[in-house]
Amino acid sequence: MTARISEPPLLDVKGLTVEIDGRRGPAVVVDGIDLHVGRGETLGIVGESGCGKSLTMLSLMRLLPNKIRVSKGTARFDGRDLQTMPTRELRKVRGGDIGFVFQDPMTSLNPVMRIGDQLCEPLIYHRKMAKTDARKRAVELLRLVGIPGPEERLNAYPHELSGGMRQRVMIAIGLACEPKLLIADEPTTALDVTIQAQIVDLVKDLRNKLGMSVVWITHDLALIAGLADRVVVLYAGTVVEDAPVDELYANPSHPYTRGLLASIPTLSDAPAARLSSIGGTPPEPGRRPAGCPFAPRCPLAMDICQRDVPKLEPISSGGSHRAACFAVNKVLKAA
Amino acid sequence: MSAEPLLRVENLVKHFHVRLGAFGEKAATVYALDDVSLDIQEGETLSLVGESGCGKSTTGFTILNLHRASGGKVIYKGQDLTRLDEKHMRPFRRDLQIVFQDPYSTLNPRMTVGEAVGEPILFHKLATKTELKDRIATLLSDVGLPARFASRYPHELSGGQRQRVVIARALACQPKFIVCDEAISALDVSIQAQIINLLLDLQEKYRLTYLFIAHDLAVVRHISTRVGVMYLGRLAELAPRDALFQTPLHPYTKALLSAVPETDPERERNRKRQILQGDVPSPLNPPSGCRFHTRCPIAMEVCSKVVPEWKAARPGHLVACHAINSDLS
Repeated sequence: MTARISEPPLLDVKGLTVEIDGRRGPAVVVDGIDLHVGRGETLGIVGESGCGKSLTMLSLMRLLPNKIRVSKGTARFDGRDLQTMPTRELRKVRGGDIGFVFQDPMTSLNPVMRIGDQLCEPLIYHRKMAKTDARKRAVELLRLVGIPGPEERLNAYPHELSGGMRQRVMIAIGLACEPKLLIADEPTTALDVTIQAQIVDLVKDLRNKLGMSVVWITHDLALIAGLADRVVVLYAGTVVEDAPVDELYANPSHPYTRGLLASIPTLSDAPAARLSSIGGTPPEPGRRPAGCPFAPRCPLAMDICQRDVPKLEPISSGGSHRAACFAVNKVLKAA
Repeated sequence: MSAEPLLRVENLVKHFHVRLGAFGEKAATVYALDDVSLDIQEGETLSLVGESGCGKSTTGFTILNLHRASGGKVIYKGQDLTRLDEKHMRPFRRDLQIVFQDPYSTLNPRMTVGEAVGEPILFHKLATKTELKDRIATLLSDVGLPARFASRYPHELSGGQRQRVVIARALACQPKFIVCDEAISALDVSIQAQIINLLLDLQEKYRLTYLFIAHDLAVVRHISTRVGVMYLGRLAELAPRDALFQTPLHPYTKALLSAVPETDPERERNRKRQILQGDVPSPLNPPSGCRFHTRCPIAMEVCSKVVPEWKAARPGHLVACHAINSDLS
């Protein structure tokens, strides 16, 4: 499902910048990110730890922890500005129009509240349902996410469920109000591959049934291949590449994306003696180099990369595949 | 497999006795490991895979006598390690090392890198204090770190660098056998590849033998000589790498392989997955007969009654499944 170009995107983020207050002054963690998600579209956000992928999504919901704040940029959802919206309004969006599935179901479910009550809460708050109706709907939701014996499970506490079950409960809560947008932050990272496959199939299925948009945050390029319509690759708080999913895997353009793809062993290709790897480590926020943040690890780095920050520019005629790299852009302009 | 193995595991059993209930009033047994037998050849990488709770880490711990076995034997240099107390185990600890998953919690935050790497050397009296500095520098360079890192503390290092330090510490007393317990799982993708390459380089250089415990099947395929698949405390299948990935026999292995996503959008979209329903049953009360029968797509009546025999379906390819055995007979 790809969005029609003429329609304004459901989620439109421009120049989002997030800073952490540290001892040495504010450190920029998310550095002017542009994102858009169309209606019915699934966007994959890929990056390694510390690249700012989770903070970006938390900042949209204004859920940033203390000492971390949005310093610049706008985020529009369905035509409304999430950053300036009164908190009262925003509460209706959180869990209502935008469902959120957090990474760790162990810490994001309330340990002293029964599963049923946690599922009913958004329904009663957002949909003004009566308690008995909400419980009926909660049973439907648990059945939808594939939890056996949903009636009895409503009375269970989180600790009585396995990790996979808890994650499904998180997804059921995220989906409770049939949101227009589901944001899932590494929802399967803590799970086994067999459970991961179950959850991915479930989300695909629900997306087709409900026609919702999905933002799926992950570090797993293999997982996102079968799930997303479009993928954005983040490195050190910036978007380095943004492309339709087939285009990204067929023609990865940024050296970081290429390096990442090359360093993942797969089940299909012949096992090589050594994996190709990216040398060095990602820079810490606040200690990022001037110029391109990937330059110190980049095999193609030139003089200009140390000085200037490359812009995210189209690299194909359609303009749907963009990369932020001097080397790639130069090659294309010369051609 | 005619050569004498470096290490032989025979019918290894590990049960944990736990107390359940708010006041610990209910005694129960976790059947973590049941009847696991395998040989580990010198210089090979034997990987163990399976879902969490399948007993792969317990196998590693019990082999090293970090968990006391409840039954069975671990034969190393003609000795049954499970019978040794800590004092008699000590000389063997030099040969048998382990690298843990989380490099954040396995390094003492108050010890410098040099102290951490040097401690086993001094403990086993493998170098004098004057030689120690050079030895530490050599070890650090083996794992790709500059010698000046010796004076740093763990908090100054990144996850990948810490894991290198942990590997250097495991190498410090020139071991023969290293258990890598999810040694790369906590690392970022771009760093994972670096550490995998490092482990392969060190294996070549020092003729190390690895027991590699992991859940990432693509990584396992990349580095292993042989692979064992575990389910709920039992081995389901054990085979040379290519045999296991190309012609898996056990239905659980097939399901596990089909769940692994691949970096190819076209193939991913069109792929027919064989998705296992439900969760792994609790090891407190494992299913009777074949422990996989509750989730198995081809389960027969016998599967819920009789534990399938662990035997070779082809030379070197061991499997425990009633369906396979009846096919061949």
